This record gives sequence, C-alpha cells and structure tokens, in this order.
Amino acid sequence: MTDTDDTAADSDRAAASDAGGADGGTIEIRLENLAKRFPGQREPAVDDLTMEIPKGEIVILVGPSGCGKTTTMKMINRIIEPSSGRIFLDGEDVTKVNPDQLRRRIGYVIQQIGLFPHVSIANNIATVPKLLGWEKKRISERVDELLEMVGMDPGQYRDRYPKELSGGQRQRVGVARAMSADPDVMLMDEPFGAIDPITRDRLQNEFLRLQERIKKTIIFVTHDIDEAIKMGDRIAILREQSRIAQFDTPERILVNPADDFVADFIGRGASLKRLSLSRVRDVELHQWPTVEQGAGHDEVHRLLEGSDKSAVLVLDSQRRPVKWVNADHLRRAGHGRPLSELGLPAEAVVQPNATLSDTLNEMLSARYSTAIVVDSSNAYQGIVDIDTINETVRSLRRAEQGRLRRDDDVDDDEDS
Amino acid sequence: MSTTSDQIKATGVTSGAALDAGPRGRRSLAGYLFMPVVLALVLLLTYISVSRRDKDPTESKRLAFDYIVARTVEHLELTGASTVIVLAVAIPVGILLTRSFARRVTPFAIALFNIGQAVPTIGLLLIFAIVWRLGFEPTVVALAAYTTLPVLRNTMVGLTQVDAAVIESARGMGMTKLAVLTRIELPLAVPVIMAGLRTALTINVGTATLGAFVGAGGLGILIVSGFSSNHPYVTIIGGILVAVLALLVDYLAGIAEDVLRPRGL
Repeated sequence: MTDTDDTAADSDRAAASDAGGADGGTIEIRLENLAKRFPGQREPAVDDLTMEIPKGEIVILVGPSGCGKTTTMKMINRIIEPSSGRIFLDGEDVTKVNPDQLRRRIGYVIQQIGLFPHVSIANNIATVPKLLGWEKKRISERVDELLEMVGMDPGQYRDRYPKELSGGQRQRVGVARAMSADPDVMLMDEPFGAIDPITRDRLQNEFLRLQERIKKTIIFVTHDIDEAIKMGDRIAILREQSRIAQFDTPERILVNPADDFVADFIGRGASLKRLSLSRVRDVELHQWPTVEQGAGHDEVHRLLEGSDKSAVLVLDSQRRPVKWVNADHLRRAGHGRPLSELGLPAEAVVQPNATLSDTLNEMLSARYSTAIVVDSSNAYQGIVDIDTINETVRSLRRAEQGRLRRDDDVDDDEDS
Repeated sequence: MSTTSDQIKATGVTSGAALDAGPRGRRSLAGYLFMPVVLALVLLLTYISVSRRDKDPTESKRLAFDYIVARTVEHLELTGASTVIVLAVAIPVGILLTRSFARRVTPFAIALFNIGQAVPTIGLLLIFAIVWRLGFEPTVVALAAYTTLPVLRNTMVGLTQVDAAVIESARGMGMTKLAVLTRIELPLAVPVIMAGLRTALTINVGTATLGAFVGAGGLGILIVSGFSSNHPYVTIIGGILVAVLALLVDYLAGIAEDVLRPRGL
C-alpha cells in the first residue's frame, strides 16, 4: 500500500465527519486518546483511540477477536473504566461522572441479553424507568409501547418470564429494555450473535426499520463483516489494541479498503457483499401482466398473448400477490376454476427496503427467477428478476475497477 | 485442607438438590401430603404403644404427655436459636466473601468455618462446659458453629452461580452494586441458600439431642436417661420422636423452599 491511499482514506474520514456534523447537528460521542491497560498484561488492550461517532448513526466496531472492540465499547458506559483518555457524550465530559447515573442514559444490549430470569417481561423492560423514578402509569404505558414496537403483543407477553420466551423473543425484549428510558445512545455487543441465522436476519431487518424511526446513536460491536456491512452507517475496522484500520461508510470500505489488513478482513467477493448495500428501491422494477383473482381464464389468455412473459401474476382485491398462473395451468385446470386455486404460490415477496442480497436469497429459496416487490401494505409494485441482480453485480464490479484505476491518478478530490 | 474452589463448592447433596429442583409447584398434592401422613401414622402408633404399655414409675414420668411436650419445646428452642445465629452469621459473611474486594480473605475465612465443622459438637460442648458453663447458650453456640459452614457455602455458591451476563446487564443499566445484590443476586441465590439452610436445620434437630448432656434439655433427655437408667423403651421412644421432628422440620423447610423460590426460575 502506498501513501496516496492513506491520504485518500484520511480525506474520506474528514468528509465523513463533516457530513455527520451537517445533518445530525452535533457529534454525539467523542472518544479522546482512550486507553485501557489491564493489570498483569504487558500490552494495553486499547491504545490511544480517538474517534467521533455522529448523532443518529449506527457505527460498527468490527475486527478480529481480541482486537479490543468490546473493551472499547464497554469503556463508553464505563463497565470497564478507561486507564486514560476521555469520553464526551454530546460535548459533555463523562469520564468522571457517576457511572450509575451515566449508564441510565445509555441503552445496553449484550449478546447473552442478560434478562433477569426472576422478573417478568414487563418489569425487565421497566428496569431503567424504575431507577429513574417514573410514575407507575407512565412506566406501564411505556412498557406496552415498547413491546408493540418490537412486535410482541403486550397482553400476551408482559406477565411472562424470560424462560418462557424463544431466543428471538428474548432478544427483542433485550432491545426493548435497552430503549426503555429513550436513551440517545445505545451500545450493542453482538446483539444478534447467539441467534439462529434465519431469525438473526429477520431481527436485523426489523432493527434497521426501527432505527429509521428512532434514530438513535448506536455503537454496535460484531466480529462478522457481513453483519457490519448490513447494519452499519459507518464501520470502524479495528486491528489489535483497537487501532483504527479504517473508519468509513460500508460503500467506501468495500470499494476502497485502506490497506491489506482491511482488504483481508473484508475477504473475497467484495462486490457480492455490496449486494447487501443495494436495496430493491434503488433498482429499476419490471412490470408484469397482472390480473384480479376474480377474472376469467379468457382474460389471462389474452394477457399472455399480448405479452412476452409466460405467466401472469394473480392479485387479490387489495392488489396483494396470490399466484403465478401460466397457460399450462389453465389448460390442466379446465374452465370455471377460480384463478386463486391454480398455478404456483406467489413466493419470494420483498419490500422496497430489502437488500438485493436478501432478495436473491428469497429467490433461491423459492426457486423462482423473480421476486415480487410489494409496498408496506403488501400491494404489488413490480418485479425484480435475477438478470437485474446480475447486472447490478456487474456494474458494481465495473465501478470498483474504475475506482481503483482512478485512485492511482487522483488523491484528494473524490467524494467531494 | 482442601483448595478454595473445593471449599466453595457446596456439598453435593445440598447444591444438587437445589439445582435440580424443578419449576415451582412441581410437587403434586399427593406429594405434599405423603410425608405428614407417614409422620402422623408413626406418632399414632407410638402413642398407642405408650398408652397401652404397663409402665414403671420412671417410664411414667419420662413418657408423660406434658413432659414430652415440654422437652419438644426445649428441643425446638435449641434448634431455632442456633439456626437464627447461623442465618445471622453465614448469610452476611457469605455475601461479603463473594464481593470482589474480599477475594483475598475468602480462603482464610472458609478455613475458619471449616474448623467449626471439623470439631465434633460434643467436644465443643465439653470445652464450653469447662471454660464457659453448662446449659442453653453454650449448646446453641456449639450447634451454630457446626452448621454455619453448609449455609455459608451455599450462600457463596448461590451468589457466584448467578449468570455473569445478568449482573453485567444490570450494572450496564445503571443499577447500583447494592441494588444488584438485593434485587438480582440474592433473589436468584435463594434456592441454593434455602437448600443449605434446610440441611442445617435438619442437622441441628438431630444434634440438639446432645444438649441433654450439658443440661440444656430437649428430647435428648429421653434418650440419655433411658440409656443410663436401663430403660431402652424410653430411649427408643426418644429416638423416634427426634426422628419425626427432624423429618417434619425438613418437610416444612422443603415447603418454604418451594414458596420462597422466585417465580420464573
């Protein structure tokens, strides 16, 4: 790696913090020369870390195990007291304030969740509001609101105990509990780490949707670069002793890794990973012939003849996809049978905020070459097919190569 | 002397019983009724045997209803008082020894309580009789010295086995150390502490018979006097009554365990 690359990365970082300052108003968290030396260890666990975390963003700390990412995160709420350096929260130096008071302002989710097993779900969530001395009524309203927010029915769950919940539900309660007193800052230590891959994917998506609404400043620790790319507005890739190898947006890290360490950490298939960055709403949707489920077979035949597609999409009265029907299905079924009873189920349905990577996944698991895009009320919007995804991968790769070529000539003026 | 970790480990029986305990209300009604019915039956048979027996004056005196009731009350007083002392010593000390600042003194403290259990109670009673006096107080102290260790051990095990993630999340939400202890650690340790206490109580009921040797009364008098005056029938009745009392106390402590175990565990 050459000096030019480092300079480019530096200017990116400057651009990034400027942007944060512009849209979020202020920088929420600032770590200044933070260090941690554990007694009996020669090397510091975290050495001289300086970092700014913009308001309302998810910043991921990612790195190999033992790089100090968890220690770094735990110094922010002083579960681990820093040996030196300072922590600023919204401009206020919190390095020496009462740690118990400080922690009530910061949501905290750990991998094992750590719900209190002898305390009901409602009271688990009410922990911090109770510490803050909220009124009973306000607490109970807040608990119901939070349970609904994480997609759990308050009537059904508030009086249950943690052991009566599934892993995914416990995780949701953990997130709800961390948000109970509406903290501006949340610390999340591998929050989805101990959950099966399918549930993890769903929870990640739910959490991203939630974050669009709540706009918390989140520090998120993971060792999984794919999770980092999916969840992060910004990613800090850390090497030993929490030294920042690169701190940038996922796009720029994938396109322009600062050095070999980062490139190795991202691993192969960077352009495939970028499918996690592109969303369905960013690509052009195709339109397919559609028909109401009450329509007759003749109309389907007519649509098929007038189209280059081999099947029509059957929608219900609210324009929700029901079935794929082709000429073969019609012939075999004979006249009179309603369209909703024919054909193949309309699977592989995604919403516009799904990533292309999720979409591809859906297609592969449904064994279709198309995915149906629906809006938030599940009404049909259009179709993404496998060619579109293919084309996106290709153009990403072209852009990447173009970028690398340009990097050799240009240093400072990119992204400006 | 064994290592610290061995010492901290609760006796297999006590902690095993606590950790294996199923969910609350695991016992059926029949399960709850079995022991009292058996004990009532034993008492009934004993009563029939005593009332039908052609008693000599010594037996008449020792086996009179009022006399037995008075001795039983003494017995329970010895047990109760020593258990209160055990609770007052073992649980606070157990809490202190599991705090991070006490890590260095823990092995020494446990060694000290080990001595209490290693010295036989009867020996302790004799020493007290020589250097202190006879009667109720030295007996209570000797009983307490013997059963402090199991309760202390179980308190420590109960506290240290609380999931570290639960404590971390509690601290991470801004609960003070004291709040974490009283609202998280102690409630979660209750089942194990109660198991230790139950063991201590049962041991105390049995050991309190030794009080008869040093004039502290109790049901031990029946056993001792029956033995010394060559009335084996009195000894046997005394033995039966002590056994019934021990089983009854154990049974009641078992119910207390079920009731006090926090919901959700």
